[in-house]
Amino acid sequence: MKYEVDQKDPRFKISHREAWIGIILVTINFIWWFGFAYGMGSKSVESYSYVWGLPAWFFYSCVAGFVVMVILVVFAVKFLFKEVPFEDEGGNSK
Amino acid sequence: MNWEVMIPLIIFLIVIFFIGFWASKQLKNTNTFLEEYFLGGRQLGGFILAMTMIATYGSASSFIGGPGVAYNQGLGWVLLSMAQVATGYFVLMVLGKKFAIVARKYNAVTLIDFLKERYQSKWVVLLSALSIIIFLFSAMAAQWVGGARLIESLTGLSYTAALFLFAASVMVYVIIGGFRAVALTDTVQGVVMFFGTLILLVATVIAGGGLSNIISDLSAENPNLITPFGHDGSLTPLYVSSFWILVGVGVVGLPQVTVRAMSYKDSKAMHKALIIGTIVVGFIMLGMHLIGVFARPILPGIDVGDKVMPMIAMEVLPAWLAGIVLAAPMAAIMSTVDSLLLIVSSAVVKDVYLNYIKPDATDNNIKNISLTVTTVLGVLVFLMALSPPDLLIWLNLFSFGGLEAAFIWPVVLGLYWNTGNKFGAITSMILGVGSYILFHTYYPNAFGMHTVVLPILISLIGFITVSLATNHSFNKPSDGKLQTDGKEGVF
Repeated sequence: MKYEVDQKDPRFKISHREAWIGIILVTINFIWWFGFAYGMGSKSVESYSYVWGLPAWFFYSCVAGFVVMVILVVFAVKFLFKEVPFEDEGGNSK
Repeated sequence: MNWEVMIPLIIFLIVIFFIGFWASKQLKNTNTFLEEYFLGGRQLGGFILAMTMIATYGSASSFIGGPGVAYNQGLGWVLLSMAQVATGYFVLMVLGKKFAIVARKYNAVTLIDFLKERYQSKWVVLLSALSIIIFLFSAMAAQWVGGARLIESLTGLSYTAALFLFAASVMVYVIIGGFRAVALTDTVQGVVMFFGTLILLVATVIAGGGLSNIISDLSAENPNLITPFGHDGSLTPLYVSSFWILVGVGVVGLPQVTVRAMSYKDSKAMHKALIIGTIVVGFIMLGMHLIGVFARPILPGIDVGDKVMPMIAMEVLPAWLAGIVLAAPMAAIMSTVDSLLLIVSSAVVKDVYLNYIKPDATDNNIKNISLTVTTVLGVLVFLMALSPPDLLIWLNLFSFGGLEAAFIWPVVLGLYWNTGNKFGAITSMILGVGSYILFHTYYPNAFGMHTVVLPILISLIGFITVSLATNHSFNKPSDGKLQTDGKEGVF
């Protein structure tokens, strides 16, 4: 037991929260991607509309979806993520 | 031989070589050889961390195989490839700070070190080492074949000569420089990949006469090319969505990616890497696959998918610029191969040799063994790649899925679920890899999903069921402490 990991380490609470944020982000990403691709892309090709020359389903799902995810990740990191030290000088464990 | 294309490529190889050489100097003045050689002393900053993760992950299939398939399938394949945006943030967020902290406490240098301390089981270690060695070795061979073919098609050298050139340039810096050389060269390679994609995308759009023009050409040839369903309508939403497991969230289980999640310096580095990583990986995947699709009206009738990317670069760019851009797939392949070589070597040296064959090896001893093993592995892959197997992209995906099925739950649940124990981990690894191989052989793409989905579910069920069952029969918590094999004893 020389490398005891203290599960009550307060840093882990932050870390668990951030892991959940990751799962929430990937869920949003998937829904956005799936919704626009198959919601708009399942129509017949003749009735497609276009944004910047690209089919609208593709533009919203892949191009806009990518930009939205970058914005969400930046937001999450800047406002929701906390900095914690990784080394053990904090007096927990040992 | 086309010297205008060759010269930028040669310059690129020389630059990479010198960076590796420079990094090896760091290696000499360190007294913790293992941590330095296999993990860069846990000192990576945010930019390098992001780049090494992307470059390791982005391989021949993102730059050569993927655009080739997109050329044939149309926008549906670009849609599929965009599942990979998730890799830019998901791995680092989910493993996150907890993995970094725990890995430091365990003093873990490899993923297997982490599993060893977490589960305290020889069998977990041996099974992990075995799957890493088998699967990553075959992945490495596939990548070398890709690299050599690329050099072959660009230079007109014979396959063997091309393979030798490629192998020699990668091996030298990995062997002498270790992880730090790999990470630094990955960074340069990542930058080359990013700008290569940007230049080629812009040039391809211009050569095709603008976006609207390209899209209407595609739709005139076959309207299915601009739907999400592939050229013959066979890409179902379920099949495409299942790639979110294979190339999106499942990447958490890939040892070559996971080990990077223990290599960074501090929280700041991780935060920065999340942002840079998402932007760069998303841009490269979107750009490269779009290039594949857009190449179709410009260069119709290419029948070997792997040739699309080199041919379109030569077509739409002046030769010297094509040389620079074609350094991008070369960079992608090199940066994957170098990491794989190092991680297979670490599995042999650190996880098998030091754990079970000679635990009392001296530092000098370890150093010699590490260098020797890395060299021998490199030579072995070279020999394997001499008679190359076909279907590069599938070989690569096979090793991908097998490793994900083996490691995803032992790593993720090992980190977040205290009841998980060694019995669960062993069951999950055997079920994951075993069922992957069976499905792949007898019932590929079961129920219309990519083969990887069911093995990952099966290994999850195995992990949870067996952990719970053994937890009950072995641990009657008498004094508020659980006490079988170590780690659960904390709750």
